[in-house]
This record gives sequence, structure tokens and C-alpha cells, in this order.
Amino acid sequence: MTAPLLEVEDLRVRLRTPRGPAAVVNGLSYTVGRGETVAVVGESGSGKSVSVLALLGLLPERVATVTGSARLDGEDLLTMSPERLRQVRGPGVGMVFQDPMTSLNPVLTVGRQLVEGIRAHGEVSKAAARERAAGLLAEVGLPDPQGALDRYPHELSGGMRQRVVIAIALANSPALLIADEATTALDVTVQAQILDLVESLQADHGTGVIWITHDLGVVAGIADRVLVMYGGRCVEDGTVDDVLERPAHPYTRGLLGALPDLAGDGGDLATIPGTPPAPTDLPGGCVFWPRCPVRGDARCETEQPPLQVVGAGLSKGLPHRAATWCTEGSAR
Amino acid sequence: MSVVVFALVQLVPGDPIRLALGTRFDQETYDALLARSGLDQPLVQQYLTWAGRAVTGDLGVSFRSGETVTSLIAERLPATLTLALASILVALLIAVPLGTISALRPRSLVDRVATVLSQIGISVPEFWMAIVLILVFAGTLGWLPSGGYVGLTEDPAGWAQRLLLPAVVTGVVSGSVITRFVRSSVLEALGADHVRTAQAKGLPRRQVFTWHVLRNALLPLVTVTGVQLAYLLSGVVVVEIVFSWPGLGQLALQAVQARDYPVLQGAILLFAVTFLVINLVVDLLYTAIDPRIRR
Ligand SMILES: Nc1ncnc2c1ncn2[C@@H]1O[C@H](COP(=O)(O)OP(=O)(O)O)[C@@H](O)[C@H]1O
Ligand code: SF4
Ligand SMILES: [Mg+2]
Repeated sequence: MTAPLLEVEDLRVRLRTPRGPAAVVNGLSYTVGRGETVAVVGESGSGKSVSVLALLGLLPERVATVTGSARLDGEDLLTMSPERLRQVRGPGVGMVFQDPMTSLNPVLTVGRQLVEGIRAHGEVSKAAARERAAGLLAEVGLPDPQGALDRYPHELSGGMRQRVVIAIALANSPALLIADEATTALDVTVQAQILDLVESLQADHGTGVIWITHDLGVVAGIADRVLVMYGGRCVEDGTVDDVLERPAHPYTRGLLGALPDLAGDGGDLATIPGTPPAPTDLPGGCVFWPRCPVRGDARCETEQPPLQVVGAGLSKGLPHRAATWCTEGSAR
Repeated sequence: MSVVVFALVQLVPGDPIRLALGTRFDQETYDALLARSGLDQPLVQQYLTWAGRAVTGDLGVSFRSGETVTSLIAERLPATLTLALASILVALLIAVPLGTISALRPRSLVDRVATVLSQIGISVPEFWMAIVLILVFAGTLGWLPSGGYVGLTEDPAGWAQRLLLPAVVTGVVSGSVITRFVRSSVLEALGADHVRTAQAKGLPRRQVFTWHVLRNALLPLVTVTGVQLAYLLSGVVVVEIVFSWPGLGQLALQAVQARDYPVLQGAILLFAVTFLVINLVVDLLYTAIDPRIRR
């Protein structure tokens, strides 16, 4: 078996905040294979965005301390030289950011923002880069792509801007695409169009995808595996079938609305009573215990449960793991 | 606006004719002069006469020297323009690098030193700074003349030598104000989300900085530079006096002292027009750099 495209090991991120040091990501390990899509789910504030920004060195240097390793094709992103990292950003990893309203530079045209990304990674004439830029805009479903090149971001709707941001991320046919709530601002039709585009990209280039989302419909539709984050940790991961059908962690079951006392509704993640812990003040023991309706073990409040194989263990050769002391009831 | 200019000048206490005559006062001459200057007319009449002429470029005749106000102003304009433009150049040469470096390393030693320096630059009186510079560079070192003005075409070297010190004084003051603006606007631009997008594309550092940080910080810089330039163009009286710089500030001051209404009105009108023109230019520049304002 070949090595995975991305191999994240024991990723930790500390941020200096006015309210003291925040442990935002706490020992995250996962892999993304070539052509594989890993969905990352979890409530706001679980550290999803920070954990992917850390991979590309995009956190403010002065406040962030990142440790661990993240090997892309065997090369550690966290320790590579700044120039090498620059080369990897774009063709190695393309990233789509969460907020379409602020992710584009308001004073430069859409065309310019696409073209500069293309030309940063190879000798391409301006005209050729523009041609490619228009092609990309057409692929993400922007009407009148040629005309859009000369538009400024404020002249486009939120959904159109988001598609521009996606086009920018795809501009250099990245080996790994990271999408942070990329389709949240888009209507269902466009969303489906983008998901199709990503799937065809995966088929053509073997692109690996990390898809951060709140939408279980998207998870079921696009993902091979799911990683559930809470308090900066992976609390459960496994194939889509395992995690969605046989959730092992009380938090996951809460999100899916699968616990008996929680009503679930269709697409979006269910709300769990209580609020996620502040990263400046994480509880000892299991991070979820203050909100956990199970709390069925003496160690819940004192010892962090390790991520371990649960249930049948393997489906399609991929492990199903959860970090909880109590896995009873997972095989509903 | 011209009404305001006119009214303001009328508020200056004192009788210009009496002042012009000084000790040689006699009632007959006084009355004659009063009639000739039109000051015996009702104020509204005076205003209408003045405004009517002003639109044709005729700002009247100085009570004191008898020269036309237009020619008096035209005489002073080159000196003021020279000093204002040189000062703004000095100010930008100080403010842009210093403000940028401070923003790139907030709370670092450079930033702290820059903050203290700009605080000093803002609060130290101009005349004090001017006198110190004259004492050092004209006195002790003897490198530069202590003041005066010669035209660029007459004596380029002398022009530059005489320009340097006054331009540094006013430039440091304006530069201190602008430095703070540059620092805060670069800092704000640095934290913008789109900068992250630019980095994530794999743009070289310098390109990110130039096109996604500085380019965006340019907008507030244009505004504050315009304000400073308007201030400098209205004549920096203190500096002009210390350096014997024959600019508009001096002209206006002398006009106040002599109650020379026509000159004073002319100068103030010019300042007001300058202000409007600069505002217009700033607006035009703004439209050119910020597509969000275009229609
Ligand atoms: N630049 C920052 N400075 C300080 N705290 C931050 C910063 N960015 C994120 N955080 C904190 O880190 C935690 C995780 O944030 P984030 O990764 O954005 O969560 P998610 O994407 O899962 O909603 C949150 O508590 C947030 O307040
Ligand atoms: S370890 Fe205990 S507190 Fe944590 S999720 Fe499992 S049952 Fe709940
Ligand atoms: Mg997020």
C-alpha cells in the first residue's frame, strides 16, 4: 500500500490570546489518501479551521505555536522552508476559506486575483493565465466568466464570490484541496455543481479532499471518511457508514441527533445542550464530560480517553475509532 | 464661502486707515482715504463689490502697498508651493517606511521608538525645532544658510540649501501625524482575511505585501496626506517667519497686523479654494484606487 497523500501526526496548536494561552488543537492525527475525501465535522469553535490553517502556516506567526508533523507526499509542511512552503501553497494544497465576503481583495479585479495565483507557479503568459482563469470560472459555474474577470468582488453576490474563491483554490490543480465550509453560502443547485466538479477533479487528478462542513447531506454525498472534532481533538473517525450509521461517541450521537433524548432534524447537525469548552479553559479528563449525557465511567472526569478502535473495527479496510470510555449502545 | 471669508475679515478689530496713516493722522486725509477704499460704504455693498471683482480675478488693491492683491499673492505662491511640496515629500519619506516597519513588528523596539519619535514630532513646537536646526546646521556646522528664499531657476543649489531646513521642520511634523496613520492602516490591512487568501495561493511574500497589504493601506494614506497638504499650502506661519520664507503665511500675518482687508480676504479666499481643490483631488484619487467608490 502506498503512503497516504497527507499524514497528520499529533498536530497541536497553541494560540496566545488576551485571555491567556488557548489550546485550540490538541494532538490531532489523521490521514487523507489520494482521491479520498475526508469530511471534518464538529460544532463551531472545535478547532476545525485552525487545524487546517496550521497545515499551511497561515496562522498569525506571532500568536500561534504549532507542533507535530503534517507530511504531504512525505514532506513535512510544518518544518519546510518558507520558499518551499510557498511552492506547495497552490499546486500542493489549495484552500477555500470560510467567509466569501472577506476572502477576496476588494481593490483588485477577480481576474487579477486568479491570474496572480496561476502565474506564481510557473512561466505562464498573462494572456494564457487569463484564458485559464476564465475557464476555471466557467467550471465553478459562474455566468459570463469572461466578463467576471474584470469585475471587482463587491460587484458579485456572496455565492459568486465563494465560487471565485473556489476557482482560486483549484487554479493550480492542487494535490490536496481543503474546503472550509466552502459551500455554506451557496444554494443547493450550485452546491451540487461544485461537489460534482470536485468529484471529477478527484477522478482526473486523484485529488485528496478535506471538506469541513456542517451539512450531513454533503458528508453523506461526498465523503469517504468522517472525522469528528471536539475541543481540538478527533473524538471519532471512520467511514461515512460507520460514523453516520453506528456513531460510537456520545458527542457524535448528539450531533446526529441519535441520542434518545435529542430530536434530530434532516440536514444540519443537531444542537447539543450546553456550549463547547473555551480553548483557554479545557476541562480535565474527557473534553466532552461536562456536556455528556452518558458519563458512564469513573475515568470520564479524570482521564482523557484514547482514540481506539470500536465496534466491528474495520469496514472496507478502514478503522472506526472513537475516544470515549463508554462505547456501549454504539451498535444501535 | 466667500461670504464667510468676507465676514471673518470684517471681524478683525481695528481701523485699517487709521493704522495706515499712523502718526500722520489728520481728518481730511482720513476721509479721503476712507472714500477711496470704499470702507465708508455699507458692509453689504462692500461685499458685493468685492465678490463681483473676485470672480474676475480682481481681488482689489492692498491698503498698505497699493499693489494689487493678485500680484502680491502670485509673488508669494512659488515659495509656498515649493515648501509645501517639499515638506510633504519629507513627510512621506519618513512616514511610509517608519509606519510600515512599525506595523510589521508591532510592539517591537522599532515600533516603540517610532511611536515615541512621532509623539515628539507632533508635540514639539515648530519654532523650537526650527531654531535648534538653525543653530546646529547654520550656526555651529555652518553647512546651510539660516533662511531666505531664492527661485529655483536663479540659483538651484541655493534654492535647495535654503529649502532643506524649513522642509525638514514642517515635514517632520506632518510626517509624525502620517506615520501613525500608516501604522494603523497597514496593521489593519495585514489582518484582513484576503491577505490569507493571497498567501494560500503561494504568492511570493513581497507580492502579498505590495498588492494585498500596502495597496489596501493606500486609501487612508491618501486622505491624511491631502489634509496635511492643505494645511501646508495655507502657509506655515511660524516656520515661514523663523526661516524668513516669503510665503503666503507671512503675507496673511502682515495683512492682519496692518488690517489690510483686501490682502487678508484674498489670502483667506485662496486658502479656502486650495482646500476645496485638494479635497476634490483626494476624492478623485480615491475613486481611482478604490473600485468600491466607482459608479
Ligand atoms: N486568531 C485567533 N486568535 C485567538 N483565538 C482564535 C483565533 N482563531 C481561532 N481562535 C479560537 O480557536 C478556537 C477554534 O476556532 P476555529 O478553528 O475557528 O473553530 P471552527 O472552525 O471549528 O469553528 C475558537 O475558540 C476560537 O475562538
Ligand atoms: S468518556 Fe465519558 S464523558 Fe467522555 S464522552 Fe465518553 S462517556 Fe462521555
Ligand atoms: Mg471554522
